[in-house]
Amino acid sequence: MENLLNIFIKSIFIDNMIFAYFLGMCSYLAVSKTVRTSVGLGIAVTFVLLITVPVNYLIDTYLLKKGALSWLGASFADLDLSFLSFMIFIAVIAAMVQIVEMVIEKFSPALYNSLGIFLPLIAVNCAILGASLFMQEREYHGIAEVTSFALGSGIGWFLAIVGLAAIREKLRYSNVPAPLRGLGITFILVGLMAIAFMGLMGIKL
Amino acid sequence: MSTPEKEPLLSAKNLKLLTSPVGKNNPITVQVLGICSALAVTVKLKPALVMALSVTIVVAVSNVVISALRSRIPDRIRIIVQLVVIATLVIIVDQVLKAYAFDVSKQLSVFVGLIITNCILMGRLEAFAMSNSPWKSFLDGLGNGAGYGLILIVVGFFRELLGSGTVMGYPVIQKLGLYSAGYENNGMMILPPMALILVGLIIWVQRSRDKSLIENK
Repeated sequence: MENLLNIFIKSIFIDNMIFAYFLGMCSYLAVSKTVRTSVGLGIAVTFVLLITVPVNYLIDTYLLKKGALSWLGASFADLDLSFLSFMIFIAVIAAMVQIVEMVIEKFSPALYNSLGIFLPLIAVNCAILGASLFMQEREYHGIAEVTSFALGSGIGWFLAIVGLAAIREKLRYSNVPAPLRGLGITFILVGLMAIAFMGLMGIKL
Repeated sequence: MSTPEKEPLLSAKNLKLLTSPVGKNNPITVQVLGICSALAVTVKLKPALVMALSVTIVVAVSNVVISALRSRIPDRIRIIVQLVVIATLVIIVDQVLKAYAFDVSKQLSVFVGLIITNCILMGRLEAFAMSNSPWKSFLDGLGNGAGYGLILIVVGFFRELLGSGTVMGYPVIQKLGLYSAGYENNGMMILPPMALILVGLIIWVQRSRDKSLIENK
């Protein structure tokens, strides 16, 4: 249990998707203009992460990894399909996003309308594929650890985008040098936020 | 599509496809595409170069493939077709890197795989390759890859020089004897936040030189 909590806290604050790995930057910069939409996107990303990473973990462990197919019989024990993982992961993610989109459209049209084009774009959000690839690289043990990693990464992303959106809303009233307006100042802002987040480095439970 | 067949291969218009993404229409600083990987691989110059090369190859080739197939791809499933083409190319690049440049491939870790979700690819395929001929798409891909690579190399150069005092692993600062004069490396440069701030500064410089790029409030 302690281990799970440790992974959870670590993936929120220390290995933060945005501040430590820059994953999901494109939509992070594009959608963080108002707090309302960024909350919606943050929730959607967390949700999709929470579904896709454990599913990809199961696929990786029981189908792709070296020796993963041994449950089919001894002759399959040496197969290593891990070179296929990019393709399978992205297919799972695209399919999951499609399903999530249909579910949200059916049960919450208001949320669906506010997310608009961003929902399908989650499929190509690097944070989602990145989390699956990190899951594969870091070799977590068991589905519980993977799920807590996925949830932590999602919440970390959520906090980062809502924080930036809040700052950008205030920034509208300040006098930024013309060439820095818009994109430039946003980059520097994210950099400063990342420096602040680095203060949390080394936390352990 | 409307251009006549006899247009020379490198006419002024085609050449512009190649050069405009390097400057005025840069994928990173102007189109805001493909930032994710651009920042993470620039701690050292060498992985940045490899990454720039890989992305350029994948963009150019996938642009050609999709452009050649564009009239046959049903509109509704185009995204998944594009993803499959990109993923196949990325798998090839990944395997080649693992075979011939294993240490760099280890340094790049997940970011080779993340070329698949690099927005430059989808962006260029959607915006350009789906409506232009293969040769033009190829030039567009090369140009965008080069524009992306340029930023990566600039950021990578400064981070490596100021952060570790080397260029491509060659200890420049030490050879110049600056350490004995009291110079110290700026450890901040190696950490992720400085990559963001450097890109912010590059944008600042570019937009001060070219006022037409300045955003309205």
